[in-house]
Amino acid sequence: MTDFGTLPDWAALGPALALGFTALALFVADMVYPKRPQRELFAGISVTGGLAGLALSVWYLVAGTGQAESGGAIQLFEGTLVVDGMSLFFATIVTSVVVLVTLASYDYLVDHPHQAEIYSLTLLAATGMVMVGMSNSFVTAFIAIELSSLPSYALVASLKENRGSIEGGLKYFLIGALSSAILAYGISLVYVSTGSLQFGAVTEALSGGVGGILGLGIVMILAGFGFKIAAVPFHFWAPEAYEGAPGPVSAFISSASKAAGFVILFRVFVDVFPYEVVEGTVDWVMAFQAIAIVTMTVANFAALRQEKVKRMLAYSSVGHAGYVLIAVAALTGEASGAFVLGSGMVHLMVYAFMNTGAFLFIALAEHWGIGRRIEDFNGLATQAPFACGAMTLFLLSLAGLPIGGGFFSKLYLLIASVRADVALLAVALVLNSVVSLFYYTRVIKAMWVEDPSDDLEIESQPVGLYTALALAALVTVLLLPGFGIAVEFANTAAKLVVP
Amino acid sequence: MIIEALLAFTLASSMLVFGVPDRYAGKLATGLSAVPLLGSLWMWSEFSSDGNALLADDTVAFGNTVDWFRFTFDTYEWTLQWNVGVDGVSLPLLVLATVLTTLALVSSWTPIDGRQSQFYGLMLLMETALIGVFTTLDFLLWFVFWEAVLIPMYFLIAIWGGPRRKYAAIKFLLYTNLASLVMFVGMFALIFGLGDAISTLGFAEIAQALRGGELSGFAGMEPDTLRLFAFVLLFLGFAVKVPVVPFHTWLPDAHVQAPTPVSVMLAGVLLKMGTYALLRFNFTMLPDVARANAELIAAIGVFSVIYGALLALAQRDLKRIVAYSSISSMGYVILGLVAFSPHGMGGATFQMVSHGLISGLMFMAVGVIYNATHTRMVGDMSGLADRMPYAVGILLVGAFGYMGLPLMSGFAAEVLIFIGAFESTVIGGAPLFTAAAMFGIVIVAGYLLWAMQRTLFGEFAVETDYEIGRAPLHDIAPMFVLIALIIALGVQPDIIYETIQNAVNPLNDPLALVVDLGGELR
Repeated sequence: MTDFGTLPDWAALGPALALGFTALALFVADMVYPKRPQRELFAGISVTGGLAGLALSVWYLVAGTGQAESGGAIQLFEGTLVVDGMSLFFATIVTSVVVLVTLASYDYLVDHPHQAEIYSLTLLAATGMVMVGMSNSFVTAFIAIELSSLPSYALVASLKENRGSIEGGLKYFLIGALSSAILAYGISLVYVSTGSLQFGAVTEALSGGVGGILGLGIVMILAGFGFKIAAVPFHFWAPEAYEGAPGPVSAFISSASKAAGFVILFRVFVDVFPYEVVEGTVDWVMAFQAIAIVTMTVANFAALRQEKVKRMLAYSSVGHAGYVLIAVAALTGEASGAFVLGSGMVHLMVYAFMNTGAFLFIALAEHWGIGRRIEDFNGLATQAPFACGAMTLFLLSLAGLPIGGGFFSKLYLLIASVRADVALLAVALVLNSVVSLFYYTRVIKAMWVEDPSDDLEIESQPVGLYTALALAALVTVLLLPGFGIAVEFANTAAKLVVP
Repeated sequence: MIIEALLAFTLASSMLVFGVPDRYAGKLATGLSAVPLLGSLWMWSEFSSDGNALLADDTVAFGNTVDWFRFTFDTYEWTLQWNVGVDGVSLPLLVLATVLTTLALVSSWTPIDGRQSQFYGLMLLMETALIGVFTTLDFLLWFVFWEAVLIPMYFLIAIWGGPRRKYAAIKFLLYTNLASLVMFVGMFALIFGLGDAISTLGFAEIAQALRGGELSGFAGMEPDTLRLFAFVLLFLGFAVKVPVVPFHTWLPDAHVQAPTPVSVMLAGVLLKMGTYALLRFNFTMLPDVARANAELIAAIGVFSVIYGALLALAQRDLKRIVAYSSISSMGYVILGLVAFSPHGMGGATFQMVSHGLISGLMFMAVGVIYNATHTRMVGDMSGLADRMPYAVGILLVGAFGYMGLPLMSGFAAEVLIFIGAFESTVIGGAPLFTAAAMFGIVIVAGYLLWAMQRTLFGEFAVETDYEIGRAPLHDIAPMFVLIALIIALGVQPDIIYETIQNAVNPLNDPLALVVDLGGELR
């Protein structure tokens, strides 16, 4: 723990602190300029805060903070928080998304009356998401999840004049509240049976046998997380929320919020309820296999039938949750756990960039005021070739073609499922990727091949949105040659968590 | 480093061309494409290595290997490498790709009249990917380029194609992508079956491990079953690309809808990706399976020859005729490859180059006629020879090349393949297969002569509102270059044949197979 150089232990919370203080700074700034929204100031503060969090996360990750070679995880506040490779890996994902989304919001919110609120809510939610990855007890986990969820509900509903936004926000809120209740109930059942909320202590208590009540608790926790990551059958809120939300918010919750859901799911199931111990009561590997396959298949086939691009992307995002679930569904003990888990983590990393990019393109389309249907994108490439080129790249990478990091991360998931001897997962992954190519190409075809309608007129090239798109595209492409670096971090981080 | 330089330059050129205004794009792209062309010709002039890059380690020319990243899991540790280099098989195809790209770019000046910077940018992007396909020697790296070819091709057909371009483009994309997937699964089954026996995914290492009998079972399959399984998947995957009957149905649609320069690239280079991959994978890595099923594979090849020719016979559209005869010509390549005899393998590779040049010439000539008459239907025009002497003369030269007129490269290629197939000791009843395949030439000569006679000679009569005049020089010039190359290779095949033979001969030697096949080796 002292290997952290001269910095005190609490500095390990840097990424979360940076985001949290930025949110507070935004409140202050908003108080100073209450009347007229200061676009440049608010966006500037937010992007700076996001970059600071990103820089800290990457620095810690590279320096090996809280990882095996520097003395293992750093435990803080009586062990209720933990900083290790996994939490830093996910902090990197969340802060990257924050940077992209706040950059894009600069243009998107140009006429919005409550700018500071949106930026600060985004940063507060991001703080929560980073904290989720650092939780080491059910209490901190629950609080962190709520800290990330409550601002998200408000963000989805932030277009107060828009029916879809309100409806999506309400649906998201009601179902989110329900899932939190289920999660809290599950946690209470675990507490009843083990007498502890600390992750380590719960695992120790498991050695006394896994009873039915504890089993029920585990199942309810699984369901609670299922809502957070939007896995089928807990996904029905996602299309409405993602579609109704303002574009940058959709990008934020479909990428960062999903990553946060996964990190706690990974930690709780891999670390707290080890498969070998709870297998007799709750065979969660089997459960996740079923959920993963159903999620991929249902989501991809639902996406095929969508006519609205944003809704299609929402289903595609649900489908990707199914792919990432392979990381836990393939933990059969046949393949190295660190490899399997690392594959899921690295897919989330790649996904964060390509999916955020795709949703930000939708945000751009909304900013331009062109419609939401696939036909409305007809001929868009004649007017905005750069943005459409970036979108094409995101979509092809999401489909898993080898022009972005999505190819390797899917390949890793494929290898993981083959090595784990779960052929069905491998087959589902491959077939669903084929299906997904079909609907992604519909958008590509509309943009490039179809003739534009007469009233299609793009008058602006907003600098913030374009920068965000360019950054996301750059990272997506660079993750093809640079995939080795990302996967190295993921595997190292996973090794510490997988027993 | 020359290969990296070519890749980087072509990619950078493509990005540059995307950014320039439409009216400069064509000339700029053509000028920029001269650099990879000259680079590959320089490589050709410097090239002096013998042997097959997959079978012996010191045969790779211009090679460069850099560790990319490691695949580590369980007991496996595979290093992914940036692994490039050429040998006598890939270098001729690399030169073919750069030559045809430059010529196709020149031939685009007339027909491409909208969104030029995107068109030329995509053509150069495709050239980058094609250079990658023919120079990379690591499976995953190669696969990246292999897939990267498809995406520009999709856009090139879908945006600049004919009336049914959207259908043709999506059919092309889905067919070839599914094929890639099937091939990918087959290859990865092999890689998993090899497991610890390989430490990289380099072609050479995989080929040598497979030929050395180091394959263990995978997913419940015994090594022998796994070989057959992988061979079938790889063959299916590449058969779509070649294309082999009955996986050819995407080809006529794609060709007919694609604009002329794109057809040139499609027939001239993209089809060769399939036969090149068959040679590299099926016939180099799993020769025992190929030898054991030689009759079946030869039958598939001969069937493609005859069926493709018969289909061509039934067409009225000149472009469709050329497209179907490509299927026929590719059938010869399959027959030559499976012969496992010196002239069979060598002739097949020679045919890849030769057909690339001849089909490129034919598509360009048909394109020039179409630019003038706006029709390609055999029945709709006649007597063109009076009005368009150069274009018609060139079309005739191309047709004679297809028919295998002596002193043209098509003749050399086909004769070599027939000799190779005839003397094959691997195919049972080789003379019969050869005789059947030779019959294909008769059909080709029949339909081409018939089509030429109807369209080019006789009374001038074309149902069109356009004035028909001589084609501009920049439409004709690329075709003269192709004719010069075709005749040069026909008169003196050794310009490339010797190099090719040095590279493919090791594949024919059964002694090079160390693997124990239970005494079934023929």
